[in-house]
Amino acid sequence: MSSAETSPGGVAARGLTFNEPLIFEQGGEGRAAFVPPAADVPALDLAATYGGLLRSDGLPGFPQVSAIEVVRHFTRLSQWNFSVDSGFYPLGSCTMKLNPKINEAAAALPGFAGAHPLSRDEQAQGTLQLLSELADYLCAISGMAKVSLQPAAGAHGELVGMLMIRAALTRAGNPRRTVLLPASAHGTNSASSALCGYEVIELPCGPRGYLEAAEVARRMSEEVAALMITNPNTLGLFEAEIAAICDLVHERGGFVYCDGANLNALMGLVRPGDTGVDVLHFNLHKTFSTPHGGGGPGAGPVGVSARLADYLPTPLVERVGERYALRYDVPHSIGRVRAFFGNVGVLLRAYAYIRAMGGSGLAQASADAVLNANYVRARLRGAYALPYDRPCLHECVFTDARQAPHGVTTLDIAKRLMDYGYHPPTVYFPLIVKAALMIEPTETETVETLDGFIDAMLRIARECAEQPQLLHEAPHLTRLSRLDETAAARRPQIRWLPST
Amino acid sequence: MEFPADLKYSAEHEWARVQNGEATVGITDFAQDELGDVVYVELPAVGSEVAAEATFGVVESVKAVSDLYAPVSGTVVRINEALQEKPELVNTSPYGEGWMIVVRMSRPEELEQLLSVEEYREQIGAKEG
Repeated sequence: MSSAETSPGGVAARGLTFNEPLIFEQGGEGRAAFVPPAADVPALDLAATYGGLLRSDGLPGFPQVSAIEVVRHFTRLSQWNFSVDSGFYPLGSCTMKLNPKINEAAAALPGFAGAHPLSRDEQAQGTLQLLSELADYLCAISGMAKVSLQPAAGAHGELVGMLMIRAALTRAGNPRRTVLLPASAHGTNSASSALCGYEVIELPCGPRGYLEAAEVARRMSEEVAALMITNPNTLGLFEAEIAAICDLVHERGGFVYCDGANLNALMGLVRPGDTGVDVLHFNLHKTFSTPHGGGGPGAGPVGVSARLADYLPTPLVERVGERYALRYDVPHSIGRVRAFFGNVGVLLRAYAYIRAMGGSGLAQASADAVLNANYVRARLRGAYALPYDRPCLHECVFTDARQAPHGVTTLDIAKRLMDYGYHPPTVYFPLIVKAALMIEPTETETVETLDGFIDAMLRIARECAEQPQLLHEAPHLTRLSRLDETAAARRPQIRWLPST
Repeated sequence: MEFPADLKYSAEHEWARVQNGEATVGITDFAQDELGDVVYVELPAVGSEVAAEATFGVVESVKAVSDLYAPVSGTVVRINEALQEKPELVNTSPYGEGWMIVVRMSRPEELEQLLSVEEYREQIGAKEG
């Protein structure tokens, strides 16, 4: 294969990176990054103090490395990485937008970074004020009556929301048995329902890609505790009948949970609370620009309608006169769901983002996110199959149906995109679309970046017809070519052991 | 793609082979092909009860995690322990070594609700189109 074939252009190029062994395999006996001065206090007799608790066998394999070895180790690993700071990352449903660096500066201010979580209220007025104002902003953006900032991530917010619904129904006399979930919902919704003891009933999407009120009317009963709905849904489409659906659920005494993971299409434009939902979680690490993708930390505050305000976790942060205080007297609170006040560092970054953008800025961001997704949709619909061919919101979902006759799959297309320097979109999700390619460009990308990505996708579509083998073997420019994902899942080796 | 004529099929892509009041259950060739490489199969305990059309386990592939639905009701009398170590048997031999559970049927009349091979072929043909 010629280098012209494997190096297709785009924004990626061959480059020098470094092989790097595990940190445990480096260094030497007694080597250290830092040697502390001799202690100027009496040494503690560890054996006498801790007795049998003291390990006598040392820590076999514990790395003994110099400072430069540590620095190079982690720098080199970071060079193998792909991030939103290094390239376009259109991972559907994940909202990989710019993480403004000013957020980092704000969260690193010593008054916040150095605040002790056990400080008394009067010693932490600044932090409490920001948390209180953030909760107010989230209420204003969402139309919900009250917000808890504690949940540590989206799925945690879901669990907290469902626990509140269960508590409210239990107090009314019957926790009920089931939860309704449209097929287009996020996968975590069913897990959150099951964790709260509910049986999940899946509802099909209508032909236009959203849940129809008629379907809810058919399945709603006094056995149903809640309907969980993602809006916009995982097809990137607005749940157009949401208001009628909320009415139907409420008429039978149920609650509506709205998964707000896709709020990036709505902020400043639609307040989910106005559509009638009772609970909404926010993914601050998506919509509100705090870093994610490395496994956390995230933040998943949860907002509720007045109907559930008495069940929120404690403590809540509230303004009392001219001061800010932690409030524990929520009458039917489900209790604490997270140590202290949630992931405060993440909450501060989201606060900085909201303040920097302002109300009109947030609305513009949503409008631009929708515009960018529709631009990608419109330019690619001639080359890739679009199962729901109508204007989308923040993301669009294609399939490999036109490439499949050449033996090329969604996975091949995703792998080939890496050769052009783009992170692949979300693939094989949502499950209701066969072999989905789910693209969410976000508002922070320029038209030049979108055009570069689209041109790469169009070239890949031509390669499918002309050189399918090139796609089966992709990626070619990455450090490692196609990995054996099956073997990795069937026979994972996840533990390092010292060689003897 | 192969679909043995002596099996009963469910709309959810399970098959049942009936013998002496017991049904051996697995997933079809079509199902394993759609799932791709199977990496994990979670099965119920021997002695547990399963109900027709309710989930009895989970199959995980490189693409997705999917529920397994029991085609008939009854008591689980055997499970395929080999799938623990070799989940790939579901791909290589969906009707043979890739079987999942054996159910002693409590309501054999449920078999009449299942699809014949012709009906199942018709269903997936329609779905593929």
